[in-house]
Amino acid sequence: MLAYVLRRLAYGVVVVFGVLLLLFVLFFAVTDPDDIARQSLGERVPQNVIEQWKQSHGYDRPLWPWQDWDDNQLFDHYAAMLSFDFGRRDSDDTLISERILKGMGPSLSLTVPLFVLGLLLGIPLALLVAFFRETYIDRLGVFVCVFAMSVSVLLYIVGAQYLIAKLLRWFPISGFDPDPSVVVRFLALPILVGVVSGFGGEVRFYRTIFVEEGSRDYVRTARAKGASEGRIMSLHVLRNALIPILTQVVLTIPFLFTGSLLLESFFGIPGLGSLTVDAIRGNDFSTLRTMVYIGALLFVVGQILTDLSYALVDPRVRLE
Amino acid sequence: MEAWMISNAVVAGLAVAGLGAAVVVRRNRLWREAAHELVRRRPWALMVVAAYVLVALADSVYWEGGDLDGADRVSQHEAMSLLDRAFHGTAEASYSAPLADFEFYGERSLERPGGHLLGTDILGRDVLYLTLKGARVALLIGGVTSAIAIPLALFFGIAAGYFGGRIDDGVFFLISTLSAIPGLLLLIALIMVLGQSTLSVCLALAVTSWVGFCRIARGETFKLRELEFVQAARSLGVSEARIIVRHILPNLIHLVVITYVLMFSGLVLSEAVLSWLGIGIEGSWGQMIVQASDELSREPVVWWNLTAAGAALFGLILAVNFVGDAVRDVLDPRTLREDG
Amino acid sequence: MSELLRVRGLTTQFPSEEGRVSVVDRLDLDMGTGEVLALVGESGCGKSMTALSLLRLVPKPGRIAAGEIRLGGADLLSLPVPEMRKVRGRDIAMIFQEPMTSLNAVATVGSQVIEAIRLHEKVSKARARDRVRELFGRVGIPDPDSRINAYPHQLSGGLKQRVMIAMSLAMRPKLLVADEPTTALDVTIQAQILGLLRELQKEIGMGILLITHDLGVVNELADRVAVMYAGRIVETASREAILARPAHPYTQGLLASIPVLSRHGERLKEIPGVVPSPADWPRGCRFSTRCPRVYAPCAEHEPAETLWGSGHRAWCHAVADEVGDD
Repeated sequence: MLAYVLRRLAYGVVVVFGVLLLLFVLFFAVTDPDDIARQSLGERVPQNVIEQWKQSHGYDRPLWPWQDWDDNQLFDHYAAMLSFDFGRRDSDDTLISERILKGMGPSLSLTVPLFVLGLLLGIPLALLVAFFRETYIDRLGVFVCVFAMSVSVLLYIVGAQYLIAKLLRWFPISGFDPDPSVVVRFLALPILVGVVSGFGGEVRFYRTIFVEEGSRDYVRTARAKGASEGRIMSLHVLRNALIPILTQVVLTIPFLFTGSLLLESFFGIPGLGSLTVDAIRGNDFSTLRTMVYIGALLFVVGQILTDLSYALVDPRVRLE
Repeated sequence: MEAWMISNAVVAGLAVAGLGAAVVVRRNRLWREAAHELVRRRPWALMVVAAYVLVALADSVYWEGGDLDGADRVSQHEAMSLLDRAFHGTAEASYSAPLADFEFYGERSLERPGGHLLGTDILGRDVLYLTLKGARVALLIGGVTSAIAIPLALFFGIAAGYFGGRIDDGVFFLISTLSAIPGLLLLIALIMVLGQSTLSVCLALAVTSWVGFCRIARGETFKLRELEFVQAARSLGVSEARIIVRHILPNLIHLVVITYVLMFSGLVLSEAVLSWLGIGIEGSWGQMIVQASDELSREPVVWWNLTAAGAALFGLILAVNFVGDAVRDVLDPRTLREDG
Repeated sequence: MSELLRVRGLTTQFPSEEGRVSVVDRLDLDMGTGEVLALVGESGCGKSMTALSLLRLVPKPGRIAAGEIRLGGADLLSLPVPEMRKVRGRDIAMIFQEPMTSLNAVATVGSQVIEAIRLHEKVSKARARDRVRELFGRVGIPDPDSRINAYPHQLSGGLKQRVMIAMSLAMRPKLLVADEPTTALDVTIQAQILGLLRELQKEIGMGILLITHDLGVVNELADRVAVMYAGRIVETASREAILARPAHPYTQGLLASIPVLSRHGERLKEIPGVVPSPADWPRGCRFSTRCPRVYAPCAEHEPAETLWGSGHRAWCHAVADEVGDD
């Protein structure tokens, strides 16, 4: 068991190396550092100021190891990322690691409730729909899910902001205040939008799994024993369906940290999502590569967690 | 060669390909029955999709000449599409509400009062016209991107699944690395590097979407390779290439069709998000929505362009999703096996 | 021997493109208490569906369209669903062909048998566990104490089937329906399981409806045999009578097609043609298209019941004629 986890970890490290290489190629090899400098300093800046900026940021050195083994950007890139020395943002020179730590809180305050609500609402609903499969309730349920899935997130956000915030004035359009007594007001709308925009796809996914499990042989055996449909659904089917569901769900847990790009920027929540969006808008490569790197790390962590959870819920795997 | 000529050529090519596909489907019993079943299950959704396709085609067939009354952004010497001609490009000066006689702000009289079914946008362009033009963009995104992503996925997936060993290791590493990068971020990074032309965006979307199907193709190829008829062919000395083309590929086609349709809506929705970030494709509904949503804070509110683009986007995605579900059910290998 | 099971006119249908199709068509069946009746036929003749119909477990979109199923008096088809659930597992039990998929992979085998008990009786978990231990011992599972906590994938095919048997017999049912119980097992294990079933049947005194296509299994276990073709019974008799003097041409064909080692060099005899699907059933006698004794009336009406010997009945025009001549 331990050996398996270590192997997965080792492979994850290899993948991260690959990701870092890809990032380097994308951001540093392909883009002209002069452009990066101009983004931060402005268009009409004289060349010597640009040169200075490049020097202070280390962009004037050779890119590849074969050009200069001791002083090249690739090795520095690896060294920095692997030691979590993220440096400063290209845009305003603040420490990236500081911004990340500050941003985690707001991001989590949005993503965690979203995640939990999604599960608490989605799974029982899907179970209910699957219980009534092939009846009108099922067909209606699936229709509603496909309907909800087909609306672009943008429309949900815009619609919610306009209808609920502007017209009904129940919640503010955007903004954030970490004070516990008011933070809920700012989070309510983004959480609502997040749940509604996601539940279509989620419920359909869960339902498919429940329906598939419901057609298996062991369900027939349970019926032959005299078990009621309700018991079959909530005990036998649910337990078996948890295996594929859990693996999907656990995979998304690490990304709770990186926040939602869309929700945070539309609703003005100063989390890691908005940090990333600002970096995109401002062509801030140093921040972007850090965010992507962290995303990749979290992905590898997620994969390992998924494997572990598999072992936990599936006795066929556990007792190997 | 001008862009519009290429567009005409592509339309011609698509027509030929479509006819070819129709012939193949008619000849093959399984596919024919599947097609009938599909039409039986989702006639409305198919009609809606067909309507969108027709509008997109109308905007893809260009020829030069003709004249326009009134100023427009298209000069008289450029080629115009069928759709362009249908709308005669009367540009007003600014906003007007649907079917209104006068401008929204300023109350100036319109050049075509009551003529704009869905009103005009801030630059005075007819909203219905812009919305219809968006169909071409959407179909381009879904169609072209999938046309790049799927062959890519097939190539790597079949190679990995069939040859195994080092090739499989390599492909698996490639897949893992690409999946490790959050999709949206990779997409943005690629667009920043490749540029913002339509082709670049499609390419970037393709690179971020091929991994999913590659895994499926790889898995299926693994299974197919172990089947007896493949083993038999190999033992007879049939060349690998022949086996792949004649035995493996045909058994993956149904998955290709399913994946193509299901990927479509995801891609169009992704482009909408890209538009919001400012790196979408010119003229897409996503762009319209983003531009329009900025205007919502005006008082009184300008709602018609947002509604039009939003409804058009929703309509296409909904129809494609319904068709996609039916396609998946109809082409499910279990159903195919029972019929055969 | 008193009557245990009495089926009359059972019709089970499935919807298809050509309308509703009967896979079980006006079927009659009789079983006495403590009797082992083998229901024999090729794949597609409807025997599994008959078994499922007895427990009202016909999978959607199929449904039981007509008929009467009397188990010790009451008509099962008229029972409300909650009552039927009480009957399942307690009065009638069923074991299936594929033990691996028929058992819940994420629950211990012990808990699954415990469930079978606690669904029908109010006993404590501990008491139920004791009973399960006894049951496991009775069905020949070695080391029952530790096996109770085992998961299905940890057991061999034969052991799994023993678990299924234990589960079905936990409430000492009057009737056990066994759908191809040994088909998925190795030959050596097959014999063991069949022997076990025979012992238990004698001990509990239950009836067994044994669904099989394997005449060897019939020989091992059955008291009486009913031969099924295209949704209907074509012949019923005692085991000895059917093996020695089969009346119906289909039964004769089945017996003749068993390969016999001593007759090497001969071609394998087979019944020409294939079993028609329910949508393509011929008019008149369903077997007429493949029957070596087919003649005029066969394509016109379905044959009526003919008494061929004591307790030996067949449904065939040719057979009726022979008997009529005597």
